Amino acid sequence: MALKDLPVEECVLQGNAACPGCPATLALRIVLKSLGKKTIMVVPACCTAVIQSLYPTTSFDIPIMNIAFEAAAAGASGVEAALRKQGREDINVLAWAGDGGTYDIGLQALSGAIERGTNFIYICYNNQIYSNTGIQRSGATPISAWTTTTVSGKTEFKKEMGEIIRAHHPPYAAQASISDPEDLYRKVEKAKSIKGPKYIEILAPCPPGWRFSMDKTVEMGKLAIETGSWALWEYENDEITFNGKSKLLLEEKIKPKPIEEWLKYQGRFKHLFVPKRDEKQLKRIQDHTDAQWKRYRKKYL
Amino acid sequence: MSEIMIDTGNYIAAKAAIMAKPDVVAAYPITPQTTLVEGIANYVATGEFKGEYICVESEHSAMSACIGASEAGSRTFTATSAHGLLLMHEMLHWAALARLPIVMCNINRVIGPGWNIWTDENDAISQRDTGWIQFFASSNQEIYDTLIQAFKLAEQSKVLLPVMISHNAFILSHTSMPAEIPAQEKIDDFLPSYKPTWKLDVDNPTTQGNIIGTEHYEHIRKAMQNAQMHAKKLIPSIAKEWEKQFGRTHGGLFEYYQCEDAEYILISMGAIGAESKEAINLLRKEGIKIGLARLRVLRPFPTEEVIKLSKQAELIVIDRNISIGCEGAVFNEIKAAVYGKTDGKITGFIAGLGGKDVTYSDIQKICKKAISGKAKQQIWYGFEEEV
Repeated sequence: MALKDLPVEECVLQGNAACPGCPATLALRIVLKSLGKKTIMVVPACCTAVIQSLYPTTSFDIPIMNIAFEAAAAGASGVEAALRKQGREDINVLAWAGDGGTYDIGLQALSGAIERGTNFIYICYNNQIYSNTGIQRSGATPISAWTTTTVSGKTEFKKEMGEIIRAHHPPYAAQASISDPEDLYRKVEKAKSIKGPKYIEILAPCPPGWRFSMDKTVEMGKLAIETGSWALWEYENDEITFNGKSKLLLEEKIKPKPIEEWLKYQGRFKHLFVPKRDEKQLKRIQDHTDAQWKRYRKKYL
Repeated sequence: MSEIMIDTGNYIAAKAAIMAKPDVVAAYPITPQTTLVEGIANYVATGEFKGEYICVESEHSAMSACIGASEAGSRTFTATSAHGLLLMHEMLHWAALARLPIVMCNINRVIGPGWNIWTDENDAISQRDTGWIQFFASSNQEIYDTLIQAFKLAEQSKVLLPVMISHNAFILSHTSMPAEIPAQEKIDDFLPSYKPTWKLDVDNPTTQGNIIGTEHYEHIRKAMQNAQMHAKKLIPSIAKEWEKQFGRTHGGLFEYYQCEDAEYILISMGAIGAESKEAINLLRKEGIKIGLARLRVLRPFPTEEVIKLSKQAELIVIDRNISIGCEGAVFNEIKAAVYGKTDGKITGFIAGLGGKDVTYSDIQKICKKAISGKAKQQIWYGFEEEV
């Protein structure tokens, strides 16, 4: 479906409290265009708690339940059980959490909810940091990235969340990006047609967190895919399929751009380039990316 | 027709829980609460429980799921103990601030380290400031009756606060006693199905719990305090309504026993409260004019009744808990309640921590020590030293 054909109806109202160039708001608009107004959204501590705006106003035209940082999936389990008892399984239950609330503090509750077969959609909008608290490292932060808690750059590689999720064998899981809204929309449409736990992770390049200009959000997402730093895939019936340019990369029909084509636009990696290029670390990051795709090809081709 | 069920506190609590017909139960097992959730699981298997039962992966998730279910308009129930209650702590605050009428049984158990599964009330005491209404039961019948009453109380539009009913590990949780179980229709009359005043509703979308400025937040706290004060009036009236319907009462905020002419009044909670009656009988035989005020409700705290008691008699308080660095929590709160109102003597004792048995003869000794006038203000029973 082309972008122009997406539903006109918006669940995200005008005048929310997001930063300019915010990827979460882009993602919310696309996701909620698919899910529509018969949706209850559960939001843990994350930027979307701010995007909702200050009480007594709200920027959403759907019911929202805020919940503690680690509790999105568990809170959504309760909502889902209540709706089942009420015979309202026509209502979508969406847990909408950041990477901190998913990779780190909320991982246990998410694992439990998937294992229990909870009929919900869990979406992690991944901006690779604790952004609501002001740019601290998370388990999703890539190696070498500056954050306020990794002042000289993160020394560890990020977690492979997709593998953790797929180890639960949910009926549906996917990775998407705000830079490919048609793909994202299609994935949410797919997820809502399937019963059981569905997990979608959306790459959400964050201008203040990654230190790039606010008009480059979409471009940062595109470059992440073209360099292989991020992959679009979907997983159904224990089969994984790569999508879009990620599929072409997997099948080696196109060559990935060098990883530094993505790194160099982001202030959080500036120390890799100035005052002088850190060739050793740049090579380490490139090698890690190459190795990952080699592993993908071995497993999924 | 009512029936007599001879069973443990936990199985009787499970029976009460399903007869209250919650829509959703979310729970995680912990000794000594396990038989309670197993009891509910059995009712799921037999079809007697028709609600949704979520076997969550932690107590934090148990309370979070109850919060989700309650916000979506369900009557919800859970149960926990000790470390489970402590893991829930964040969400206990959340449930109360979100004004959700969740009902929970807590089985009072020792907190580790070292590991110890016997009774001790520090688990519930450490949740005093969460906004939950807190009952302490002293018999299996009281567990049953209070649990049903708790839903009615919690769901009142002027209350809308969660309720915790604590009962002592093993002494009640695993000890069989008879309890009269009313017919389901009678319970349904007393406790009609839950009609939420607000819920997550796709036809009337609202946002619950978003960012709030200081000018609004304080109103939320004030409203919670007002709700607790309403609960203070409603607890005795709901107990009276229950008595009228079922011919049985365990008291209101306090249960009074031989207090009319008492010159000394013992204040204790839970199983020690039950055991105290026997001690009172024996002390009365010795000619001591003593009565018992068994504290049933710690939150809302019965300040006015405590003042009346202190005006009438010297008070003797037994705490199966300690607020480390201060003193027994109930002793501390009773003294605070009477401040500026009376100068009646109050003596406190700490006893039975770590599940140490507190028999009626121990309670007799405690009372005599206080009555002798030789006791320091607070004694750690068995250690004979000032706290």
